[in-house]
Amino acid sequence: MMTARVSPFAWLLAGCLLLVAALAGLLIGPAGIDIGAALRGLVDALPGLTVTSGLTGQESAILLSIRAPRVVLGALVGGTLALCGGAYQGVFRNVMADPYLLGAAAGAGVGATAAIVATEGRGWVTPAAFLGAILAVYITYLVGRRGHDRSPATLLLAGIAVTAFLTAIQTFILQRNYGSLEEVYSFILGQLGTGGWGEVRLLAPYALIAAVVIIAHRRVLDVLTVGDEEASSLGLEPERIRRRLVVAASLGTAAAVSVSGLIGFVGLIVPHVIRLVAGSSYRVVIPLSMMGGAVFMIGADLIGRSVLSPAELPIGVVTAFFGAPFFLVVLRQSRRGL
Amino acid sequence: MRLLSLLLVLAACGGDAVTTTIATTTTTTVVATTTTTAVPDQNFPATVIAANGEVVIPERPEAIVSLSATATEMLFAIGAGDQVVAVDSLSNYPPEAPVTDLAAFTPSAEAVASYSPDLVVISFDTNDLLAGLTQLEIPTLSMPAAATIEEVWAQFAALGAASGNVDETAAVVAAIQADLAEVVAGTDLGGRTLSYYYELDPSYFSVTSSTFIGSLIGQLGLLNIADPADADGAAFGFPQLTAEFIIAADPDLILLADTLCCAQNAAAVAVRPGWEGMKAVAGSGVVELNDDVASRWGPRIVDLLSQIAGAAGELAAAA
Repeated sequence: MMTARVSPFAWLLAGCLLLVAALAGLLIGPAGIDIGAALRGLVDALPGLTVTSGLTGQESAILLSIRAPRVVLGALVGGTLALCGGAYQGVFRNVMADPYLLGAAAGAGVGATAAIVATEGRGWVTPAAFLGAILAVYITYLVGRRGHDRSPATLLLAGIAVTAFLTAIQTFILQRNYGSLEEVYSFILGQLGTGGWGEVRLLAPYALIAAVVIIAHRRVLDVLTVGDEEASSLGLEPERIRRRLVVAASLGTAAAVSVSGLIGFVGLIVPHVIRLVAGSSYRVVIPLSMMGGAVFMIGADLIGRSVLSPAELPIGVVTAFFGAPFFLVVLRQSRRGL
Repeated sequence: MRLLSLLLVLAACGGDAVTTTIATTTTTTVVATTTTTAVPDQNFPATVIAANGEVVIPERPEAIVSLSATATEMLFAIGAGDQVVAVDSLSNYPPEAPVTDLAAFTPSAEAVASYSPDLVVISFDTNDLLAGLTQLEIPTLSMPAAATIEEVWAQFAALGAASGNVDETAAVVAAIQADLAEVVAGTDLGGRTLSYYYELDPSYFSVTSSTFIGSLIGQLGLLNIADPADADGAAFGFPQLTAEFIIAADPDLILLADTLCCAQNAAAVAVRPGWEGMKAVAGSGVVELNDDVASRWGPRIVDLLSQIAGAAGELAAAA
């Protein structure tokens, strides 16, 4: 039986985990800043509060200009990717759907690559990535629902084909533009290490729009799971709702990918972990996926910059390396189905 | 006198991956020559040992194809430029190099063969290029990125022997070695120990002192802040650092080797979050290197070291 809503305990637990992850991300790092001083520095940075932190100018810059935006960016990217993954799964009634399988990430990758190759600076990367993502998911959706066979397998195959096609285009562009190889490769690897408050400001509006639209439709997603005919009989317009949600999820995915690169795994795994531990209703999956994604990404980033400190491990490696076994454990121990 | 083999051993050579010995089989004594074009035919067939093993070059090559930007620079430096008929699209130096659309990263043996080469030089063996060229019986030298300065000299020597420019090569190598020594000797840091961060790309990939470029810069007495990040060598000397670590290390010099690829410069570094307070940024410690010069191990290593030495010297003098 579906759990209809997020219990106060679940909210509290998710909030505590997010707080712990954020504090760990803020207080741990290779510079070895004193934790007490760092805490005072954080309080001092809050508006209206003045505390003598004892931090040097350099330590203060590391705390507030490096660690803080990195934690916030990790939360936004992880939360957005997990939220959008959950939305895709609901929209397509397919638990295997995620931003990567449907081609959104590959589309964003092509858009970003084209922008890096064709323009100076990175001003066009985000809009180009967004357009690429929207186009990729639209083509997948269009191809996947054509003909008599509208099974989930058809949609997945369409997504795989679109991804392969776009990846081929990206490879072709790269082969003709070796000079951009390093920058594009760095983008593909995915990372939060170079992010600052500028990237946070870039992503935040898109993430907010995606979150508002998807969370507002969480009940509708539950209705869609029983079928389009049933949804229509309740006065809903399934196709219009799907389009709206796909646009919102693609917007969020594209924005996240454009600032952090192609970080995989989060959009697929986090919603499933939430399903396994908290219930399969989208009224639970959507908000808790957002919280879980934020916690997961902050934690993964912390591991990525700590395990080889002072060297760094690409975050995409961490999300898969630690996320996959964790998911398998949850999958094996859970008695619930997906 | 019958000379069965002439072994040209470079005393400094110690690399494993690249040839250290060049052997040629002749029937008469090799006569040293000072001319740049007249190379006695008796130098051939020549047997050169490259990373892909022994390679026999039957005659003095007149149609060399280079798929290595570094090898192209070396070939022109040693006077073999007129023997080069085609170079890959990345071989942008010297300007007179016959650039084609041959792709070094995704080469095709057929495309290379269309230039009817009698010698091919590569630095990457992708797409089974080496096997393809071997099947076509085209002598091919594989010369991957040098890990040490000794491997640079060995690659020079191999190209000199393979192209029939042994004496010119020896003179060029001696000149480069003398220039490097002069740069090192002329660097006066005033007793200060300066540290540096070498940036390969804007995601903070760097090099340690165990790499070729790191060991080259190390000759100036500069300390590399990236060394602790790959103490065990697991990252093969190319660790990715964190911004936090770089800021905390606060190096005297920030050497940017990503100015062409990624549009990085002193102004771009200055606006990175948290970097504005670093002494290299606040002072004049950000050095904009040419990516191409910095990423090749050819004759322009002198230019690279000279630029870094100049910046370090100025910084030390200003302190």
